[in-house]
Amino acid sequence: MDSVFHPLTLVTFFPLLGVLAILFVKPEKKNAHRWIALVTSLFTLGISLWVLAQFDASNPDLQLVINLPWIQVAGWNIHYALGLDGLSVLLVMLTTFLTPISILSTWTAIEERVKDFMIFFLMLEVGMTGVFLAQDLFLFYVFWEFTLVPMYFLIGIWGGPRRMYAAIKFFLYTMAGSLLMLLAILWLGINQGTFNVPELVAKGGIPADIQMWLFLAFATAFAIKVPMWPLHSWLPDAHVEAPTAGSVILAGVLLKMGTYGFVRFNLPLFPAAAIKAAPWMALLAVIGILYGAAVSYAQRDIKKLVAYSSVSHLGFVMLGLFALNPQGIQGGILQMINHGLSTGALFLLVGMVYEQTHTRDFDVYGGLWKLMPVYGTLTLIVALSSMGLPGLNGFVGEFTILLGAFGSDAIGSPWYAGFAAAGVILAAVYMLYMFQKMFLGPEGSIVAKVKEHGHALRDLNAREIITLVPLLVFIFWIGLYPKPFFTLMAPAVDKLVALLQATAVAMH
Amino acid sequence: MILSEIATSGPNFFYLAPWLVFIPLIGMLTNLLIGKRLGEKAIGGIASTASGLTFVVAVLLALSLRAYPEGTTVPFADWITIGELQLRWAFRVDTLSTTMMLVVSGVGTLIHIYAIGYMHEDVRYKNDPGRFRRFFVYLNLFIAAMMILVSGDNYLMLFVGWEGVGLCSFLLIGFWYEMDTLGRPSTANAMAAKKAFVANRVGDFGFLLAVLTMFWVFKSVQFTDVFASAQQIAESNPGAILAITLFMLLGVAGKSAQIPLYVWLPDAMAGPTPVSALIHAATMVTAGVYLVARTAPLYVLVPQAQATVALVGGLTALFAATIAVGQYDIKKVLAYSTISQLGFMVAAVGMGAFVAGMFHLITHAFFKALLFLSAGSVILGVERGHHHAAHHDGHEDDHAETFDPGDMRNMGGMRKTMPVTFWLYLIGALALAGIFPLAGFWSKDEILAEATALNFTVYILLAIAAFFTAFYMGRQIWMVFFGKPRHEAAAHAEESPPVMTIPLMVLAALSLLGGALNLPGVETLAHWIERTFETFGVKLHPAEFNLNVAITSTVLALVAIFLSWLLYGRKPLTDGQPDPLKRILGPLFTGMENKWWIDELYWAVILNPYIALARFFADVIDWRFWHDWFHDTVIAGTYQWLSKTALNVWADQRGIDAFANGLGNTTKALAQRLRGLQTGFVRNYALSVFIGVIVILGYLILQ
Repeated sequence: MDSVFHPLTLVTFFPLLGVLAILFVKPEKKNAHRWIALVTSLFTLGISLWVLAQFDASNPDLQLVINLPWIQVAGWNIHYALGLDGLSVLLVMLTTFLTPISILSTWTAIEERVKDFMIFFLMLEVGMTGVFLAQDLFLFYVFWEFTLVPMYFLIGIWGGPRRMYAAIKFFLYTMAGSLLMLLAILWLGINQGTFNVPELVAKGGIPADIQMWLFLAFATAFAIKVPMWPLHSWLPDAHVEAPTAGSVILAGVLLKMGTYGFVRFNLPLFPAAAIKAAPWMALLAVIGILYGAAVSYAQRDIKKLVAYSSVSHLGFVMLGLFALNPQGIQGGILQMINHGLSTGALFLLVGMVYEQTHTRDFDVYGGLWKLMPVYGTLTLIVALSSMGLPGLNGFVGEFTILLGAFGSDAIGSPWYAGFAAAGVILAAVYMLYMFQKMFLGPEGSIVAKVKEHGHALRDLNAREIITLVPLLVFIFWIGLYPKPFFTLMAPAVDKLVALLQATAVAMH
Repeated sequence: MILSEIATSGPNFFYLAPWLVFIPLIGMLTNLLIGKRLGEKAIGGIASTASGLTFVVAVLLALSLRAYPEGTTVPFADWITIGELQLRWAFRVDTLSTTMMLVVSGVGTLIHIYAIGYMHEDVRYKNDPGRFRRFFVYLNLFIAAMMILVSGDNYLMLFVGWEGVGLCSFLLIGFWYEMDTLGRPSTANAMAAKKAFVANRVGDFGFLLAVLTMFWVFKSVQFTDVFASAQQIAESNPGAILAITLFMLLGVAGKSAQIPLYVWLPDAMAGPTPVSALIHAATMVTAGVYLVARTAPLYVLVPQAQATVALVGGLTALFAATIAVGQYDIKKVLAYSTISQLGFMVAAVGMGAFVAGMFHLITHAFFKALLFLSAGSVILGVERGHHHAAHHDGHEDDHAETFDPGDMRNMGGMRKTMPVTFWLYLIGALALAGIFPLAGFWSKDEILAEATALNFTVYILLAIAAFFTAFYMGRQIWMVFFGKPRHEAAAHAEESPPVMTIPLMVLAALSLLGGALNLPGVETLAHWIERTFETFGVKLHPAEFNLNVAITSTVLALVAIFLSWLLYGRKPLTDGQPDPLKRILGPLFTGMENKWWIDELYWAVILNPYIALARFFADVIDWRFWHDWFHDTVIAGTYQWLSKTALNVWADQRGIDAFANGLGNTTKALAQRLRGLQTGFVRNYALSVFIGVIVILGYLILQ
């Protein structure tokens, strides 16, 4: 029983209780499904806060570890192992935090087959939390692949006109990458005799050339998920077609599984390869930053703009992680959270206006600030956070990342950070372009068109504001006083950096 | 003697420093949360009081500095601590920062009060009285951000304020975001706001690089740490200091509107006039000057950087002055004049004349704020006259469509209709032109005198710019206030109310007497600011009054004013007549009129290529090539072809055929069961892939 009521087991699998409850309710009782899902996800959030309360921020190691034999046949040494440390604690919180928000955003947006939707959504939460907690490579892989299924259906059933195409592409693309990772995992399990991540890290000793192959295998899976340039082709399709809540979770959490994978596995398991690869990863990251920003600017579809902006933002995360120093990695992890908050909020905002207008074409918008002052103001704050205005969360992450990358020994040259910093200009260009097109200037044609249908554009209602306020609280909190967030991850990152530095010394 | 004894045992108000930021923030939040219920008077009162109390805090800090002239640092909170990176929010109170605080909150308060009257009318002409509150919310936010900028004890805090004021600038330029400056539906104002933000971001990029370089060279971005080891780094790594100071110059060019980034400032005049006065003349745009003065300990170590800064300032001063000559909009003239005057300041601090630069910053804040606000008074006066005239003739509707109340060609003879404004404007204009004994004379002359000693090229540039300054101000005075009204609106113009003119009178008094701050021989300001520079080991070049320079520039100014009288005063412009200077200068004047086509150049060289590149990346590379061709055609297409071919081969072989059928049937049955979820074979395909993976996995595990 201890294993069932273990905090990490509970936080991971609690949403399944909600699934179970939903199964017993008739499909036509839509509100019941909504409420069950919301309450379940709020309970899960509560459990995660309870977990957070037990988390000792000063301890760099895994905590609340649970480790039970799972599959022990034919020499396979697979465990049900969960654990939490500074690298994952914020991401777990982000997951449990964004899930209820996303569910709340579907209240009126999802009317078809609410029951199925909520089931998939809660299952998705299980998978995501599991990914961030798993400390056994095999278990991690199961969770990792498991997230694909509900997301596939969320896009494929409740998505836009090209949903099938987007869903299948999302599925196959990410799965193709994962298969290489699976091979690498199997290699590790067979040759090192364990799938347990901390044990593998402690054991080390993988020859340099093999390390590089394993690094690349893992990196392929993660880079597709992030997505790093040029493996981002699935992202605009998935984002544009996904329903709002799907986009929020996709951008907010699923992409972070990729960046998290780099921190959790690529850096500590293959440190020598990571050091060698750092300049190349940084190069791809910088290309992604600039390319993503330029391509964002040229979009005519609001959601596509936000989707491509993720390529740019996650380029920053990757640049920070591969700085391989405390500033870069802490900034990178914080920026994962920041991107989840800001881009999540952006997708919510886009969805809110889309519900009223049913179009995401820039050209028909304009002058909305006057008609929807609250909506305009909140969008402006989120857009500013996304473009890194000091005082809001994005700046703290970007600045520490740039600072880390600028002086990184592993990357080896300040030029990368210099070019990345130019991305800050480009971010202002596309974000302000979006804001201006939608909210400033004279009224766009959509205003009249909505009126023709007998409605008038309304400002945000209470539910919509409640959906956004928690995000805004953190956008300001992290922007003004990021210390508690850095404190949570600092010891774990320091430990990781110490390992990397020891490796670097040994290499020279 | 007694005075100094009191001074050394005087009270210490340093602990009040955080209130510099929090008082305006409280004002902002109050108006934001409950302003709607309070009405205009209360909103304006709250905002002005907040700004006024900030000024009081600044005064108390200044008084405390009499007792502790070396200044102090007031820690407030830790911000980011990662390894060696230790950033905190702390307040640097010394004579340099306090000077800025006094100017910002002092001039700021006057402008707040003025704005109560101005915005009252402005929101009504634009039919949106509800927006009154928003204006004062932004204005208080601006004061808070500006205080963060000038009070930070490290470069990152300075940067935080730096971007914060940029945001306020964006919001206020785009205050009337749904129209152009004439009130017609348009994206023009919004574009102007965006242009300002983006141009500033380019500058901020430079600033950011400076901070990053600084951190890795000095391992700190705190003023005290950086300046303490500056000498040592200059010996071991001179290139780094050069890089830092030059990166910073890019930031200065953005914020203080210098070549090559000045282009946003003229467009920024789209904001309501109090904004032009406060943000785009008196305070925010001088942040770059403050930055260079603040960073003096680094700049003095790299003469190349100093020369570059001075040259940029000198060129900007002259270049913008030529454009000001060819403008017809009353605010555009002042905008280019501001760029030009900022050039004077940047040139001054660039060549090491830090006191002269700061002196001019202060006097300029007085007289340029006075000029802008008076121009606002003129514009509203004309607007009132226009309303009045339109009302009489009964063509109410079309008046906002075609009439430009800021066009000087519509004015003339307004010294009679708006006598108070006229005198105030005249004082501002003479101060700007550098006429003895007004404030501008002393400060500009100090810069010119220093330039003769420090950088003669820059002196020549600035002297010519000063000549142009006197000329365009003369031109403006003649066009606006003399001759006969060229439009009925000007003829019916009405004087502004006291809530607007009284703050102007205070500014006029300061413009008249501001020179007393740093009179030659007394040099109050120099002794005051010197203390900060001495604390950081910068020896200031002692300023000397240079009679030759003073006489030369006075003569130049008088000649320029005389020339302007010959052209615009002796025979006043008539309605529809082209500018008389056009006849004389020909294509040169066309260049001035068209701002030397710099905007067009930037569009051709930077913006359009970027847009084209972005579209090329987005449409051709990312979509048609990478998304459609590579992924859909090459990868997916090949796979489909292969699987079909493989299937055909298998179909010929019975055993496999049966197996495939069996598998197919199973899948079909499974799919049938799941049909409730979604129709379409693509899903089944994906599902079978997934099931396949699970089967493989199961096999691997259980083998």
